[in-house]
Amino acid sequence: MSNQKLKVVHYLNQFYGGIGGEDKAGHLPEERAGALGPGQALQAALGTDAEIVATVICGDDYFAENLDGALHTVITMIKAHAPDLVVTGPAFNAGRYGVACGAVAKAVFEELHVPVVSGMYHENPGVEMYRRYAYVVKTGNSAADMRKAIPAIANLVKALGKREEVTPETHAYIPQGLRKNYFHAERGAKRAVDMLVAKINAQPFVTEYPMPHFDRVAPNMPIADASKAKIALVTSGGIVPKGNPDHIESSSASRYGKYDIQGVSDLTPEKYATAHGGYDPVYANLDSDRVLPVDVLREMEQAGEIGVLHRYFYTTVGNGTSVANCAAFAKKFVQELVNDGVQAVILTST
Amino acid sequence: MVKEIERAGLPVVHMCAIVPISLTVGANRIVPTVSIPHPLGNPQMTAADEKELRRRLVRKALRALETEIHGQVVFDK
Repeated sequence: MSNQKLKVVHYLNQFYGGIGGEDKAGHLPEERAGALGPGQALQAALGTDAEIVATVICGDDYFAENLDGALHTVITMIKAHAPDLVVTGPAFNAGRYGVACGAVAKAVFEELHVPVVSGMYHENPGVEMYRRYAYVVKTGNSAADMRKAIPAIANLVKALGKREEVTPETHAYIPQGLRKNYFHAERGAKRAVDMLVAKINAQPFVTEYPMPHFDRVAPNMPIADASKAKIALVTSGGIVPKGNPDHIESSSASRYGKYDIQGVSDLTPEKYATAHGGYDPVYANLDSDRVLPVDVLREMEQAGEIGVLHRYFYTTVGNGTSVANCAAFAKKFVQELVNDGVQAVILTST
Repeated sequence: MVKEIERAGLPVVHMCAIVPISLTVGANRIVPTVSIPHPLGNPQMTAADEKELRRRLVRKALRALETEIHGQVVFDK
């Protein structure tokens, strides 16, 4: 490919592909010739080194809900162009989009054997799931970072096209967790002792093997009998009393809400809605029980299938909201749940 | 959120449409749901059928809360 232009296919979701917003998230895979949306900026940054020959677009919901089928169609479309390289996203901190970009990357890596470049915020679940299969450029958490993400992606695409050596340090991508063998000038024992001496002397040093950070919590013991238990509802789906009295943000939420549902047996469209800006709100606004199942739990409470439905539900908007914020919310309200004698929690997500 | 609830000692079941995300986030008891904009409903159904669907999913969640597990389990049956 030395004298030829690098042939690139670009994967986008319905939003960046210009199809529409959340109401179009069910959009089926389709392809367009040439560059589109952020692909146009990318094409400009790539200059004459590479050409985006086609753009494949798929709705985020359609992809997430029909993973195998959607992936097969998308990969078939990509494969037809015999690309030298594939770019997905950038997805920033959009969860569904990040997972789609990652799944496409994995399939391209395994079936087409060509490199994939993407861009994501480090907390995007797509990173943890798929970073092995793509060069995922580190981006900010929203599209506001597009201006910086595009040159970084272009830079990496060009380097890969020229078969240059790339590393997470030189090309700002998220480490893939791969180890490469090479000969070091100094043997391991000496390097280890040097590090230890540096550490003892409070001098800076760089570890050669960062410990992976697994934050896993072991499952708690089950409840013995749901029919005797006090059960609370929590959601990241943004269900709030209509009018969103606490002004929970539609994305990147900085707060959560606690709402009294004593005596409420149905979440009616007159009284409840979603504040979530990351999915099509039509269905939740018509019937919020579709996200927060108060109606059936109330019936089960009356029928003795559960002991008690806790008087309050807790809610936030899990849309680009940082892991740190979500953890802080839950840390706070879970103490209230424990103090209120709640024995188990049902958490719903959209 | 699911991890902080678990950390505080309460068994928690995560009902969500995208199981891979739930697994990545670290939920232990996972019940897959219908779809992203309506996890516990299906607007194509009649109101009665939709409620029955929701009841079935919530029952599945209750059974998950009653089940002893030793790692992440997807309750998809």
